[in-house]
Amino acid sequence: MSIYNPPAGWFKAPAGAERLWVGLALGWCIIMSLAMPYWHFYGKQNPTGEAYRVSVADFGTRVREFVDASTVGEDSGVPVVEIPPGGDGYLMARMWAFYPVIKMKKGQTYRLHISSADLQHGFSLQPLNMNFQVLPGYDHVLTITPTSTGIFPIICNEFCGIGHHTMTGRIIVE
Amino acid sequence: MASAVEGLPISGNHAANEVRSCDTTSLPVCLAAQQFIRMHAVVAVVFLLIGGIAAILLALTRWPAVHLLDAQWYYRLLTLHGLNMLIFWILNFEIAVLYFAGTVLLNTRLASKKTAWAAFLLMVIGAIMVDVTIFRGKSDVLMTSYVPLQAAPPFYLGIILLAVGTLIGVINFFATVYIAKRDRTYEGSVPLVVFGAIAAAIIAVVTLLHGAVVMIPTFLWSAGILSTAPDPAWYRITWWGLGHMSQQVNVCAMVSVWYLLGTLTVGSKPLNQAVCRGAFVLYILFINLASAHHILVDPAVGPAWKIWNTSYAMYLAVLASMIHGFTVPASIEVAMRKKGFNRGLFGWLAGAPWSNPGFSGFFLSLVIFGFGGGITGVVLGTQQINIMAHNTLRIPGHFHVTVVGGTTLAFMALTYYVVPLIFQRDFYAKTLCRIQPFIFGGGITLFALGMSFAGSYGVPRRHWDVEFTGGQFATGFDPGAHVMLGVMGIGGTIAFVGLLLYCLLVVAAVFFGRKIAGEPMEAWNEEPRSAIEGGVSGEEVDDHRTPGTLVLVTVFLSAFAVYYFANWMWLADVWEVR
Repeated sequence: MSIYNPPAGWFKAPAGAERLWVGLALGWCIIMSLAMPYWHFYGKQNPTGEAYRVSVADFGTRVREFVDASTVGEDSGVPVVEIPPGGDGYLMARMWAFYPVIKMKKGQTYRLHISSADLQHGFSLQPLNMNFQVLPGYDHVLTITPTSTGIFPIICNEFCGIGHHTMTGRIIVE
Repeated sequence: MASAVEGLPISGNHAANEVRSCDTTSLPVCLAAQQFIRMHAVVAVVFLLIGGIAAILLALTRWPAVHLLDAQWYYRLLTLHGLNMLIFWILNFEIAVLYFAGTVLLNTRLASKKTAWAAFLLMVIGAIMVDVTIFRGKSDVLMTSYVPLQAAPPFYLGIILLAVGTLIGVINFFATVYIAKRDRTYEGSVPLVVFGAIAAAIIAVVTLLHGAVVMIPTFLWSAGILSTAPDPAWYRITWWGLGHMSQQVNVCAMVSVWYLLGTLTVGSKPLNQAVCRGAFVLYILFINLASAHHILVDPAVGPAWKIWNTSYAMYLAVLASMIHGFTVPASIEVAMRKKGFNRGLFGWLAGAPWSNPGFSGFFLSLVIFGFGGGITGVVLGTQQINIMAHNTLRIPGHFHVTVVGGTTLAFMALTYYVVPLIFQRDFYAKTLCRIQPFIFGGGITLFALGMSFAGSYGVPRRHWDVEFTGGQFATGFDPGAHVMLGVMGIGGTIAFVGLLLYCLLVVAAVFFGRKIAGEPMEAWNEEPRSAIEGGVSGEEVDDHRTPGTLVLVTVFLSAFAVYYFANWMWLADVWEVR
């Protein structure tokens, strides 16, 4: 019984169905363990966590230069900025908006830099449901290739104060 | 009263008048331990009720058709809910479990009453300090309090006091196990339930040390003594050493309670003690890997770190849970078949004492934890799949079936024995007691299903408004997400009814119930009494035939594999990202 001291000689190998199950479970665990490195080499969705330390001021400067150089329009009062294919785009998360609107082309690969001006934020791309963490002081680089077109909302999914649920942004893919 | 323990093969180390023999099980109950078990259990239920009232208000807010609270109160009560449920309720109950396992099952006295007082007072003062600070405002930082979000200093100080108090309680437990060994109050190895409790306590020490490392500098920063906030990336990794590992303490304590309730309700015995204990050792060695699950889409941490820490090469903690997932129902099957419930594959399960809330709560907890929490936990914690899950409602959808449908329900089930055996009071309204686990377990399962599916549509956790009213861009979700949030609201309401019923039944019994000291507890059903009484022998089960359990775990493994590979397929459809 579980609440009494076991008799001497309790240390023995499992037998029967229990042994079979331990073997099956271990086999399944090994399959799952191999799946992650497998996907790392053969799958297409493998965030590397590439990041650089950056001050809020420096990242703000990069965003401003990016907006000045590549703005192609305006959406709801926010500049729409197109990243040159293969180039670098900058997205600032702050209480409570993402700035600016990013424009990309389907099938091209971009380096999208995301950082925060204040608190921790969440970059959640809808309706694809792709989610990444955004931290102040870190330039988080996503090397990203859109495979579908349309207007994709970005929502914040890390609590960032009383206006958290109004924090949105937009990515446009043509 | 020293004669009370004469029936046992060897004598305990209790002083006279500090022990009684249990009227039901004949186990020696240390009266000091009994006092602290009672105190921690009462406090636990009070915090469960506070967290539960917050829970229903939150569920009714996230149900878009109701949307009850305003934004400020939503975030404030969300902070309150997480801390009261995950920390205050569960830790107090766990300290009670440790004191029980350390003393009663080892036939020893509690090592130190003064230490137990210190632990109790620090835990209560810390928890009250946190709750008061939350209600005073300026600490709407949610349970994780991610820097540079800042709460008022007493918020962090309360958590530190609570952690220190818990650590002192855990040390008192280790001291109790030590004096039992020193005074030779038991023969041979410790019982399995004590072994599991020791495993939980070891993980708790590591957990609480992480808490100290992360909370002390954060408190000093909040109090203005340190000028800069801790680094946010460092904070996240270290905080989750506290945050997720404390949930592993819960898993370990819950599994011990499963074994305990299996014995109390149907007289089950572990098939193979070495396998069960080996699985607990795997928990100690490997379970902290889950702390990495919160960092999988974070910047500054590379894929090698993430893959290694997600699996520690081989998912050996998952293996441990899968082993318990077999050994627990298998021990029930063997015990029931021995009683003659031998018909077909599942005659043992159909004949189980489902009218005993100690059994139904425990077995529902096992099923909900395994099928709901276990499968989703491993899948969401897969490095790449986490892209589609991080900070969505899929995450609370997972942990509401681990820590609520699993741990909390198991603890509720145990309460149906704690009240008559430790408080020595009889329950009122036993029919309500019998259905309470079904209401709570059913409600929380529906709730978590709604949450998980809403999360699959992208609905974020910890978010007041799925319409994003006032945002710079119009945004919303698929109508299916709204349906799922409604399912969540309905499930949450049902679960709250179950929780409230539990609190009322326990409070009524503990404070106003008929005193039953001196008489054995009225059995919840016909079977368990004989099972408990006949149990002193430690003979092992030789018959390993458990065909019903084998079918159950095969269904489980199939469901696991389908959900796992389906998620990889969904992942292949999202944008390419490196």
